Amino acid sequence: MSEALRRTPLYEEHVALGARMVPFAGWEMPVQYEGIIDEHRAVRTKAGIFDVCHMAEFRVFGFPAFEALQHLVASDLHRTDEMGAAQYTVMLDETGGVIDDLIVYHTGDLEYLVIANAGNHDVDVEWMRAHLPEDVEFVDESDRTGLIALQGPEAVRIITELAGEEPPPRFHIGEAMLDGSIPVLLGRTGYTGEDGVEIVCSAAQTVAVWRLLLSFPEVTPCGLGARDTLRLEMGYPLHGSDMDRTTDPISAGLGWVVSSMKGDYIGRDAVERVRAAGPKRKLVGIAVLDGVPRHGYPVLHEGTEVGTVASGTFSPTLGHGIATAYVPVALAEPGTALEVSIRRRTAEATVTRPPFVTKTSLSA
Amino acid sequence: MYPADLKYDKEHEWVRVEGDAAYVGISDFAQEQLGEVVYVDLPSAGDELVAGETFGEIESVKSVSELYAPVSGVVLEVNGALDTASEAINADPYGAGWMIKVSLVDPSQLDDLMSAEDYESFVSNEA
Repeated sequence: MSEALRRTPLYEEHVALGARMVPFAGWEMPVQYEGIIDEHRAVRTKAGIFDVCHMAEFRVFGFPAFEALQHLVASDLHRTDEMGAAQYTVMLDETGGVIDDLIVYHTGDLEYLVIANAGNHDVDVEWMRAHLPEDVEFVDESDRTGLIALQGPEAVRIITELAGEEPPPRFHIGEAMLDGSIPVLLGRTGYTGEDGVEIVCSAAQTVAVWRLLLSFPEVTPCGLGARDTLRLEMGYPLHGSDMDRTTDPISAGLGWVVSSMKGDYIGRDAVERVRAAGPKRKLVGIAVLDGVPRHGYPVLHEGTEVGTVASGTFSPTLGHGIATAYVPVALAEPGTALEVSIRRRTAEATVTRPPFVTKTSLSA
Repeated sequence: MYPADLKYDKEHEWVRVEGDAAYVGISDFAQEQLGEVVYVDLPSAGDELVAGETFGEIESVKSVSELYAPVSGVVLEVNGALDTASEAINADPYGAGWMIKVSLVDPSQLDDLMSAEDYESFVSNEA
């Protein structure tokens, strides 16, 4: 018997909208409503909303909170020490393996909000509790917190209308009141490559926020299917596919996240060893014009297997296959010709530097 | 949803008999389950198909499925338009979304297929 799947506060809304529900990271989540491609296009051209209530939210606070978090993550939080700033980061184990990727928001005096992957919730809680000092408060707010992502070129206009004021600037978070009555946090972050916000609210008010957003005819409800195609078009990594405890952040292309300048943090020695010696393999983007590469498919060079596909899908914007794959450094240069073994046949692939899609509301 | 003049198999292909040849495609139920089709891998004219064995693959954004030959025969024609417009399988599964035309070597195989009525109850059990 498998453990029962959990449901977000928006479950009934999804069912009423005719969503196809699938198991994901222990949750019963909408993979699509009308169709992945239409939902994908809605986010690229107008606005879409995503139920991301399954994700984990932690609060870390107290006088030593900053230093404690600095020790727990590989990026330098000094880069965003102003109030309201947000930062993408990774939490490593002692071997440099990636436990999870996180967004750390500086939400208040001595107070941080950490958003983590649903599938890593239990591991993260255990790790953080074990490695945060006792004089730092750690609260797992996941169950009582709702999270909805509003993304797309029209997203900021819509949230501005609902909040009566502009949301915080890119990679910042701030309080707002939606429709004059629902207190939320608006994080100007996302996982689609489009401008927009992630709306943090109480679990009890999540349905009200969802319905408020859907009252705009230009807003399309979007499932995990479109979330995946959107993030992969941007080359945004997915923990569990693109990196995990067996991969270090340097090889995963997250060297820009990891700071050599900051003090000690968990995993630092291992990461600096990889950086000094140079990684043996690297996560690269690959484009496949004829076929859809998928997770686990072999990647070949002149007929010899050299790696495997980490993330792969069909790009609705480009109309062809896109993927990420770990390959030897010698084959990581953009333009390198590779092949992907797609079940019974072999398709030509070209190393391409992500993002695969370069024109979005964030690049404009 | 399931035209009465077609025959269906348990893998959700349909067959439309025209003389001693048959057109093959996938049912409305199948296209709905798959989602937007982005890629189809079909055999070439002249290939021999054996009833019950795979003859190709169909791929949506999220998943891949095998295509199974509902009848044995030689491929006479392939719907080449699907190469660039595979969405026809979603929009018009029984018309523009047809996949292959095969010669019928053993018309008695048609008796093993389901009528529209039988297929509809088969699908409602599966859904």
